[in-house]
Amino acid sequence: MWLEANVPEEKLESFDTEEGFRQHREWEAKLNEGRWGMVTWPEELGGRGCDLIEWLIFEEEYYRAGAPLRVNQNGIFLLGPTLMEYGTEAQKARFLPKMATGEEIWCQGWSEPNAGSDMAAIRSRAELDGDHYVINGQKTWSTRAVWADWCFGMFRTDPESERHRGLTFILVPLDAPGITVRPIPQLDGLPGFAEIFFDDVRVPVDCRLGAEGEGWSVAMATAGFERGLLLRSPARFQETARRLVELYATHREAADRDPAVKAAVMQAWLDAEAYCLTTYQTACRMMAGGKIGAEASTNKIFWSELDQAMHATAMSILGARAELWPHAPDAGDVGGWLDGWLFAQSGPIYAGTNEIQRNIIAERMLGMPR
Amino acid sequence: MHFDFTEDQRLFRDSVRDFLRSEVTPERVRALWERDPDAAVWDQLVELGLTGVTVPEAHGGLGMNELDFVLLAEECGYVALPEPLVHTALVAVPTLRDIGGEPAATWLPRVAAGDALVLVGLGGWVEDGDRAQLLLLEQNERLYLVNPDTAELRANESVDPSRRLFSTHFPAEGDPIAGSAAIAAARDRGALGAAAQSLGLAQRMVDLAVAYTGERKQFGKPVGAFQAVKHHMADVAVRLEYARAPVYRAAWSLASGHPQAALHVSQAKLAACEAAALAAKNCIQAHGAMGYTWEVDLHIYMKKAWALAGAWGDTGFHKQRISEALFEDKLPIGAGATF
Repeated sequence: MWLEANVPEEKLESFDTEEGFRQHREWEAKLNEGRWGMVTWPEELGGRGCDLIEWLIFEEEYYRAGAPLRVNQNGIFLLGPTLMEYGTEAQKARFLPKMATGEEIWCQGWSEPNAGSDMAAIRSRAELDGDHYVINGQKTWSTRAVWADWCFGMFRTDPESERHRGLTFILVPLDAPGITVRPIPQLDGLPGFAEIFFDDVRVPVDCRLGAEGEGWSVAMATAGFERGLLLRSPARFQETARRLVELYATHREAADRDPAVKAAVMQAWLDAEAYCLTTYQTACRMMAGGKIGAEASTNKIFWSELDQAMHATAMSILGARAELWPHAPDAGDVGGWLDGWLFAQSGPIYAGTNEIQRNIIAERMLGMPR
Repeated sequence: MHFDFTEDQRLFRDSVRDFLRSEVTPERVRALWERDPDAAVWDQLVELGLTGVTVPEAHGGLGMNELDFVLLAEECGYVALPEPLVHTALVAVPTLRDIGGEPAATWLPRVAAGDALVLVGLGGWVEDGDRAQLLLLEQNERLYLVNPDTAELRANESVDPSRRLFSTHFPAEGDPIAGSAAIAAARDRGALGAAAQSLGLAQRMVDLAVAYTGERKQFGKPVGAFQAVKHHMADVAVRLEYARAPVYRAAWSLASGHPQAALHVSQAKLAACEAAALAAKNCIQAHGAMGYTWEVDLHIYMKKAWALAGAWGDTGFHKQRISEALFEDKLPIGAGATF
């Protein structure tokens, strides 16, 4: 099929390098030409109108083909659906096509130095001045902001407001005067994060998504479960589990010196399967009109801890060579496990730490006292 | 594809749930532990027709399959039902049905009508054996129809007072009625029943601990307001949430004769028993010293969960099947291989 014929034979460089970012942007354009970029988007927007089950199946094929990561995932999976729901016709026409082709890559602007887990503590200001907002403040932990073109995030438009009120969802071009992007190297040494400083940045009012002061509810839609499902479909974890079973089989004699390894490999497969089965069941329920509430928080904890556990097991199996980067001359067949291991450390932290998720489960799903 | 229950299956579950939760209270379970004959629930289960739900319609039942029954088994777990309903519907009836012929024609209508209790005993053990009118017992990988009067049944006390276990010794006279395939099928169906009950037990333990920690105050506030306690409960909720779908899939696989049904059952049993074990561990902790008492109801559910962990194939049995599938049989795995 299309993926087999078009997936690059050589693995692309990390999209946290300038060259890798360019390669991944090209891949997005290619996917879009084949109309395989935005399969869940409606047909008139270049998509295929896939439902959730079809999306899960597409992802299975995508990961099986070993296709590149999606450099514009914040755009196509998070902002795109939110634009379709809250955007004006003009906004949709302006932003969606370039998002689809990868011409405009999006990053997020939620966290601030003093608003991490406590996102409602956002202080960056957007002040209305005629037909523009004037933005001042600082965002941080913006993934892929170093080479991205646009940022979407929340800013405080009502200076008297507190917490969730008085916030507005605004789209900001990163080449606007007054913006400074400062790269933050991640564990792998590459600038995957950035801080974004806003100094009297003027953004037209028509870059506001939803009504002024309604930013929180727009953002909650962006972070909603369905979007989470688009981002964390089971295929990725099932492929990791499959590779782990293979790795164990290849190094079985050495691996079995630690009897815990075999049990961990089996548990990885069991949990990846459980994740897949549960996701399919949830998708069926949503397609039948069901709503997913606080139980969505179990999802984030489950996949992030599974990902950590699988990579920890792989590191155990690789033993003394686990510390080697794959390009080291004597690394042998260590593959991408070290990269995955580093990345797995971020899972329990980003998109709402697992501690926050546990609070949500306890309070909203189980009804425990605040 | 539709990987979820139908409206009818849910409605039936709801009506059984209402009955079980109002009738099979912790007090009644305790009375049954004391062998109080007035506490027996069995006659009510018969009246509701529940003993016959999986009996084929031709033999006077409703002809339901494993998938139809799995939600009911979960509800039986939630109340720690001390009656062999799950065993009857998921193990004894399908075993007799598969054997067919004269034994099925004779016994299935009686089971459906509540006139007889038939139980299956594997590996030299049977639950509630002294109550049965007919036993199907394993010996040397063969299954025999045994009149309980001719078998030596030795009572063995379990940590769960509602589990009435008997070791079985009987002269293997006459021809066996079935072989290893029937035994394996019975074990798998029993494991599915144990897994589904474990889901219900885990949910019940969480509900009890959430209620208790919402009331009990220390340092001027409910202990359930402390994050350390919340996170214990959230951890259980996560494992439980991801144990359900494997159990439901195993039920579907058994009902539809899926070639990997046995493997799916092992996945389900491991996931559900692990969730229930974590529920027991964290919920007794959330109860503090009260959790270690006979008085608080938690142990009714905790002990059944502990007992079911080893029933119908213990952890080692089910993990061995996973191990063989993954590392010996080279089961195709990865993205797209689940369905």
